[in-house]
Amino acid sequence: MLFQPINRNYHDFSIVRDKDLCINCKVCVRQCSYEAHYWDETRKKVMHDNSKCVGCHRCEALCPTAALLIQKKRSDFKDNALWRPEFIKYIYKQADTGGVLLTGMGSPVNIPIYWDKLLLDASQVTNPSIDPLREPMELKTFLGSKPSKLEFSKTKDGSPKLKTKLAPQIELNYPLMFSAMSFGSINFNLHIAMARAATELGICYNTGEGGLHKSLYKYGKNTIVQVASGRFGVHRDFLNAGAGIEIKVGQGAKPGIGGHLPGEKINEMVSETRMVPLGSDAISPAPHHDIYSIEDLHQLIFALKEASEYRVPVSVKIAAVHNVAAIASGIVRAGADIVAIDGVRGGTGAAPGMIRDNVGIPIELALAAVDQRLRDEGIRNRASVVAAGGMRCSADVVKAIALGADACYIATSALLAVGCTLCAKCYTGKCPWGIATNDARLAKRQNPDVAAKKMVNLVHAWGHEIEEMLGGMGLNSIESLRGNRDKLRAVGLMDTEMDILGVKHAGR
Amino acid sequence: MKRVYPNKDFCIGCHICELACLTAHSKSKDLILAYTVERNEEGLSSCKHVHEGGPTCVALSCRHCDEPSCVAACISGALQKDPESGRTIYDREKCVGCWSCLMACPFGAIARHPLENKIVKCDLCHDRPGGPACVAACPNMALKQEERS
Repeated sequence: MLFQPINRNYHDFSIVRDKDLCINCKVCVRQCSYEAHYWDETRKKVMHDNSKCVGCHRCEALCPTAALLIQKKRSDFKDNALWRPEFIKYIYKQADTGGVLLTGMGSPVNIPIYWDKLLLDASQVTNPSIDPLREPMELKTFLGSKPSKLEFSKTKDGSPKLKTKLAPQIELNYPLMFSAMSFGSINFNLHIAMARAATELGICYNTGEGGLHKSLYKYGKNTIVQVASGRFGVHRDFLNAGAGIEIKVGQGAKPGIGGHLPGEKINEMVSETRMVPLGSDAISPAPHHDIYSIEDLHQLIFALKEASEYRVPVSVKIAAVHNVAAIASGIVRAGADIVAIDGVRGGTGAAPGMIRDNVGIPIELALAAVDQRLRDEGIRNRASVVAAGGMRCSADVVKAIALGADACYIATSALLAVGCTLCAKCYTGKCPWGIATNDARLAKRQNPDVAAKKMVNLVHAWGHEIEEMLGGMGLNSIESLRGNRDKLRAVGLMDTEMDILGVKHAGR
Repeated sequence: MKRVYPNKDFCIGCHICELACLTAHSKSKDLILAYTVERNEEGLSSCKHVHEGGPTCVALSCRHCDEPSCVAACISGALQKDPESGRTIYDREKCVGCWSCLMACPFGAIARHPLENKIVKCDLCHDRPGGPACVAACPNMALKQEERS
C-alpha cells in the first residue's frame, strides 16, 4: 500500500499467472483497459497490479497459452452474517469518496429468483407429447391490442369477410425481443449487430432512449423506437422509423431515477443521433415532466399515435414496483397497446448500487399480478404484456409466458452472448469487451459480423428449446401456453407467493 | 486467388496473429517453445506484423501481388510467382540476402531474418491443413482469406 490509501489492498480479484505457461507476449497488456497488466521494462517481463483488476476475464479469455486465472481475492474478513464483505467495502469506498456507489449490471444481493422455484409440466399417458422435429410448432407472436370480438360481413359470393378493424401489431417469429440498450450506452457496432440479428430472426430490437442512427433506419421493420424522459433523438422521422414506439417510464435496474450518459461517451456519432452537444453529459430526468398522471400518459400515447399516423402500436415500459398491477391497468386504459414490465433484476449500464439492489420487485410476481389484474378487469386483450429483467435461459422465458407474458425482452443475455462477463463496470466506459464503451480502441472489439451471428445463434437455440418444452407439454403453439399457469407448479414457496403467482404447489 | 485480407476497422491489435504465424512456422509447432526458444535461438519470426497508429491497427503481410515488385527486383531468382497457385513463393536456398525485395515491396511486408541473411515472408501457410494460421487465430474475424476481384 505504498503511497496508496489503506483500503487499496482490499480489492476483489487476484490475477494468477502460471509462470510455466506465460511467455510474456503482452496480449494481456494490450487487452486490459484498466491497466492491470503491464510490461515491466526493468524486469523484462509482464507484471500485474491485482488492485486494478475488475474481474472481466478479457485477459484470461484471450491469453494464447491459457496462463492466466482470475479469481476472487482469497483474503477474507472475519465471518459476519450481517456485515458481509461487500458492505464493509462499500463503507471504505464511501469514506474515501463521499459519493454515491455507482455500478453496472449484476447484483450481489440475493433477491429470490422465482423462476428457480417454478417447475414445468410434461405430458404422460393421458395426453400425447409432441416431437417438434417431426411436427410443426408455432412460436409466432403478435404484439398489440387485440379486439374484444370479431365481426364478419358476407361478400357477394357468400364468403365471410372480417369487418372488425384490427389494431396495428408487431409480428415476431419468436416470443423474444432485444431489450432497450441505448446507442451511447453501448456502441454502434452492437446496435448494428442487434439490428441485423433482429432482422435475420424476424424479431425486434429496441433502440433505447438514445435515438436511432440514420444508417439503421433500413432495419425499421425490426426496430422499436424508444421515447424516454430525456427525449434524446426523438423527432418525426425517428417516430416513424420503427415497427413500434415505446415510452420508457422506468427501468427495472433503477426504478424512479433517470439515466446518465457521461460526456466522455458522447462522441460525434452519439451526439448527432441524440441531438446533444459533443462531450456533454446526456441526463434523462427521473420523471417525464409531461406525465404526472394516467391522463397525461394518455395524451403522450395519443400524441405519439398521431405522429405515427396510428400505423404502429405504442408500448409503455415501466419498472416492476409495488403497485405495478394498478399502474399497468391505468396504462392499458390510457391506450397503450403493449405494457412492458422490467423486473428488479434487469440490467443497466450505470445505476447507483443501492437502487439496483433494493428498489423494485421481482418480475415473476409483477408479471403474474399484472396479468391477473388485467384479466379480472376484462382488459387483458387490449394490450400485450412483455416481461423483462433477467431472463437467463429459455426455461425462464417459457415460465414467463405461462405466467401471462406475450413475449420477453432479453438484453443481458444478448450481451453475454457477445462476451460480457457481468463485471459490472459498464459505467466506467472502459469495457474491455468493447460493449459498454465508445472508445474507438475498445469498441472495435465487437465486430458486428461476429456479434450478430452470436445473437442469432442464441435466439435460435432458445427457440429450439422452447419448442422442445412446449412439445413436452403437448402444446404445438406458444399461444396455448400464454397465461396457462396450470403448466407451472411451485416448489418451496409460501401460500402468499403461490397465490400471487397463481400456481399450485408441486404435488397438487 | 484467395488472399488474406485484414480489416482495419475490427483489428483489435492483440497481435495473436503474429503468435499464430510464429507457431505455424516453428519446428515444434508449440507456441511456448516457438516464442521462448526458437525465436531467441533461431531467429524465428512472424511473417505478419500488426501496425498501429492511434486507435487504428492493421495486420499486414505479403499481398501476393499479381505483378510483384519483389519478384522483379530479386537478383537471385529466390522470389517467384507461382503460376498455378498465384502465390509469390520464396526459395530460401537461392536467397542471397541483398534486401532488394525489401526496398521494392510497396507494402513493407517483407522483413529481414533477425540472424541470417535471409528474408521472412508470408507463404499463406500453403501446407497447413486449416489454411493460414493467422486467419484461424484472429479472435475478431479481422483477417479473412477470400477471393476478391
